[in-house]
Amino acid sequence: MSTASPDGKAGSGLRFRAWNLLLIIPLFTLITAIYNKHDPTFIGMPFFYWFQFVGIIVGVICTSVVYLMTKDEPNPVATDPGLDVDDLDEGAAR
Amino acid sequence: MTGHWTELIVFIILFVAVSGMGFVASRWRRAQDLNHLDEWGLGGRKFGSWITWFLIGGDLYTAYTFVAVPAALFGAGATGFFALPYTIIAYPLVFLPVLRLWSVSRVHGYVTPADFVRGRYGSSLLALLVAITGIIATMPYIALQLVGLEAVLRSMGINHAGILGHLPLFIAFLILALYTYKSGLRAPALIAFVKDILIYIVILVAVIYLPIKLGGWGEIFGDAQTKLSSINPATKAPYGSTLLTANNQLQYATLALGSALALFLYPHSVTGVLASRGRNVLKRNMSALPAYSFMLGLLALLGYVAISAGVKPVVNAATGKPDTSTVVPELFHGQFPGWFAGIAFAAIGIGALVPAAIMSIAAANLWTRNIYKEYFKRDATPAQEAKQAKVASLVVKLGALVFIVLIDPQFSIDLQLIGGVIILQTLPAVAISLYTRWFHTWALVAGWVVGQAWGLILLYGIPNAAVKKQHFGGSALALGKLNIFGWHPFPGSALQVYVGFVALVANLLVAVIVTLVIRRFARPLGVDATSPEDYHVDEGSPRIKEPQLDVAAAPERT
Repeated sequence: MSTASPDGKAGSGLRFRAWNLLLIIPLFTLITAIYNKHDPTFIGMPFFYWFQFVGIIVGVICTSVVYLMTKDEPNPVATDPGLDVDDLDEGAAR
Repeated sequence: MTGHWTELIVFIILFVAVSGMGFVASRWRRAQDLNHLDEWGLGGRKFGSWITWFLIGGDLYTAYTFVAVPAALFGAGATGFFALPYTIIAYPLVFLPVLRLWSVSRVHGYVTPADFVRGRYGSSLLALLVAITGIIATMPYIALQLVGLEAVLRSMGINHAGILGHLPLFIAFLILALYTYKSGLRAPALIAFVKDILIYIVILVAVIYLPIKLGGWGEIFGDAQTKLSSINPATKAPYGSTLLTANNQLQYATLALGSALALFLYPHSVTGVLASRGRNVLKRNMSALPAYSFMLGLLALLGYVAISAGVKPVVNAATGKPDTSTVVPELFHGQFPGWFAGIAFAAIGIGALVPAAIMSIAAANLWTRNIYKEYFKRDATPAQEAKQAKVASLVVKLGALVFIVLIDPQFSIDLQLIGGVIILQTLPAVAISLYTRWFHTWALVAGWVVGQAWGLILLYGIPNAAVKKQHFGGSALALGKLNIFGWHPFPGSALQVYVGFVALVANLLVAVIVTLVIRRFARPLGVDATSPEDYHVDEGSPRIKEPQLDVAAAPERT
């Protein structure tokens, strides 16, 4: 395996999209040191709690952006001649 | 019983109405016939964004979640709030793997995660291990839905010892079993709408009305901190705190991460995913599902509201012990008028039925596809498969019921704890295999064995002084107790970590080492039935063959 050729030829099992990197951002909620404190409070709620609610909103923004930016991805077809033409074009551009 | 009649009547009306929906569901978006596993077990694989949202939401946020998460905050404070980072990171983490799983399953007609493993590695043994892990992890989960339902019933005054106490549960589950048998996945998909709308109404009212009534969130958190910092006579230490301590922060983070990684390894989550129509439906859902996290977070805080309101858990007449699962139902009973408490109880009760139905369908699919068809009847027709799955779903639910009635409910809570750890051990075989086939089949088997064994040993060794238990006292392991063949890597450390995470690390290490060793001597085993483009196929592609392409019967694809 691991024949992930960077030029995205048919046969590559992996596709890289820069937008997908946004999906890493929500992992910040695992770093408890950032938010394990009482102050500042919000409507009486300690920071620990309302910060994590804000984390939900950040997570939603990240996944929503990735969805919107990647929803028109190509639908691979086995012996589709169009794909080959694309590949040739990319090869010619380089 | 006085004061409970209104609650009971509202509860029964809603429950009956929903059961009626369950039976009618078989006609909803009807296929030519339900005698095909794709129809019965995956609702025809054509659910759109809304249905998928309600289905997966109804699947993951269960009745047990509704009673157990607030109960955790009620009993121990901030550590119970791990459910929030867990559900925040789960969707971004699984966003891409789930799409690959959907595509490859759609091309090859896979119904279960074990089907995929079978196709990817050509190994029926590995698929069997994944299937068995899935079934074992799902069974106690179904039983726990009954614990949630029972908590509500006990709060409504139906709290008797013996068979009489379990009778309502028995009736509820019988109805559930019948309509699942008849309608398959369409039933919970339809009911999930009602359940979620009810839950949202109840939560919104609860988190707005109750803090106003009890003097605001500042007051509530103050009361909670006072109560939690008092000394528990059983452990001679505080019950907990509204913030994390130096020792349990690592546990909080690793439990959140481990649970998030495990979430979509559960067969019932995979069922929800595979029932959707296309990749964009899933992407949209991964963006919209965290709306439930918001609800879950608010719900969790009801544990503190209950402390502030002075709620006392109901003493379970069957076991004679206070049942902390009843904290939220008792809060609703004490603070809301009877009719609204009835709606709230119905929301939780129906919340038990939706996931129980999906879980039993998922377990039945595993049994049918990866055990019955693989080992007992290789030439089973689609109709025989569907029949087998329907019967299996009945057996699974009956098993869960017997479990609850005959054995202390605490045992299913222990098993659920174990379930989370063992399902996580299928991560290399299922999730990582979506990306690479680098691991050798036998290395994955070896990693699985080590991960499961060590996870169980570690869980067995964790005591819980607060409830006077020697074993299976929780999932937080003190690093100082870590013992690798007599070697203590972190002697004396009180820092806690999630057991499942430790077992997964061991599992991966073994899988990597064994792969490296075997590769020096042997070629990879088996044939990969999937091709790289399969992982990107979307709805409408000619690569998708309707409706059936057999995994077991087609080791090679041409």
